[in-house]
Amino acid sequence: MAVVNPVIVDARRLLCPMPVIRVQNSVAELCPGTLVEVLCTDPGALNDIPSWCRINGHRVVETRCLNDEYLVILEVGEE
Amino acid sequence: MTRQRKAVALISGGLDSLLAAKLIQQQGIHVAGINFFTGFCVEGHTHAIRKKGQEKPKRNNALWVAEQLGIKLNIVDIIEEYKQVVFNPRYGYGANLNPCLDCKIFMVMKAHEWCKQNDFDFIITGEVVGQRPMSQRKDTMPLVCKRSGADDLLLRPLSARNLPPTLPEREGWVDREKLLGLSGRGRKPQIALAKQFGFDEFAQPAGGCCFLTDAQYSSKLADLWQARGSKQYELDDIMLLKVGRHLRPKAHFKVIIAREEGEGNFLRGYRKQYLSIDSLSHAGPFALIDGNVNDQDIELAASLVARYSKGRDAAEVEMEIQTPAGTGYAIKVQPLKPAAIPEQWLL
Repeated sequence: MAVVNPVIVDARRLLCPMPVIRVQNSVAELCPGTLVEVLCTDPGALNDIPSWCRINGHRVVETRCLNDEYLVILEVGEE
Repeated sequence: MTRQRKAVALISGGLDSLLAAKLIQQQGIHVAGINFFTGFCVEGHTHAIRKKGQEKPKRNNALWVAEQLGIKLNIVDIIEEYKQVVFNPRYGYGANLNPCLDCKIFMVMKAHEWCKQNDFDFIITGEVVGQRPMSQRKDTMPLVCKRSGADDLLLRPLSARNLPPTLPEREGWVDREKLLGLSGRGRKPQIALAKQFGFDEFAQPAGGCCFLTDAQYSSKLADLWQARGSKQYELDDIMLLKVGRHLRPKAHFKVIIAREEGEGNFLRGYRKQYLSIDSLSHAGPFALIDGNVNDQDIELAASLVARYSKGRDAAEVEMEIQTPAGTGYAIKVQPLKPAAIPEQWLL
């Protein structure tokens, strides 16, 4: 099976709600099942992106703190 | 079989839009949310920047409202389009640089466009007659319907019974009798209704949800326009106006000084765009210089920043100046005494 690289969304230095808007606009172009890695520096994104995923039917695979940056990995849902 | 009607709700993240959407959901209408980001929204920015209050959970209130309602939310970036609303408001500004009436017309117009593109039937807002001095008056609310193009597709569930019946009411998509007739600035009926619906922890920002209603913020924006010679801004400009102490010692430059560690960290993100100042010999704030400056100006800016450092009473303080290209050098300055800082420097 081919390994598909995740789509990277760089939302560093952006403040709420811009990271969510970047993710939203990126996900709108992607097929269900695609993995998206979001890099952020606003800690609020650790709440906002999972919240956006819950209401829009996407799945958060992982959230991680990397020194002063944050990584959110999500899987695009069916709708 | 009757088609289920669909409404798009303007969700600000505050209590009124939450209640308006809930009232319509209760009538069996499918509701989706839309939230517009203008760049001036009071939405977690300063909370996210400052170290103080880090223990408080940071959330986007519009997303929180959507989760409470179980609806989808579309957050729309209108930063560029919104500039014309801020620069040239047809109906003027409010007490500060807040173009509230033009803003509401613009947002309802955008929601109306979205409605047509997504096959939705009507628009709802949390507006209440008499709640805001510009956009929520009995004489201006019909103007919003007309100028936005939404006409009678705009329903305000919290105040509907004070207003002429809209198409959704006349067609029986919603029962007007189950809508409310609130008016005025009081919050008690909304708080009671929230309790009835089981909503708590809702946001009630004082002064609304827009920085343009804030006198100090508006004064800094007006200064920015004056210094640049025209009404222009980019997102970074209006973000920086939310952070730090802004002082303009001369017409051609200003200094933005962090007030605490979190602001310092945020301002450091702009080191590649602005000349920056850091304290070397004493603990002190990080600062940016906005403008084209010469050596004398830099020395004055460094003396000003030194005044806010732990070395404020020292004879001399060593400061580091860094250019956007990354080259740095140290200078020694005498901190300015408070009496040497005219009040009009502080924006």
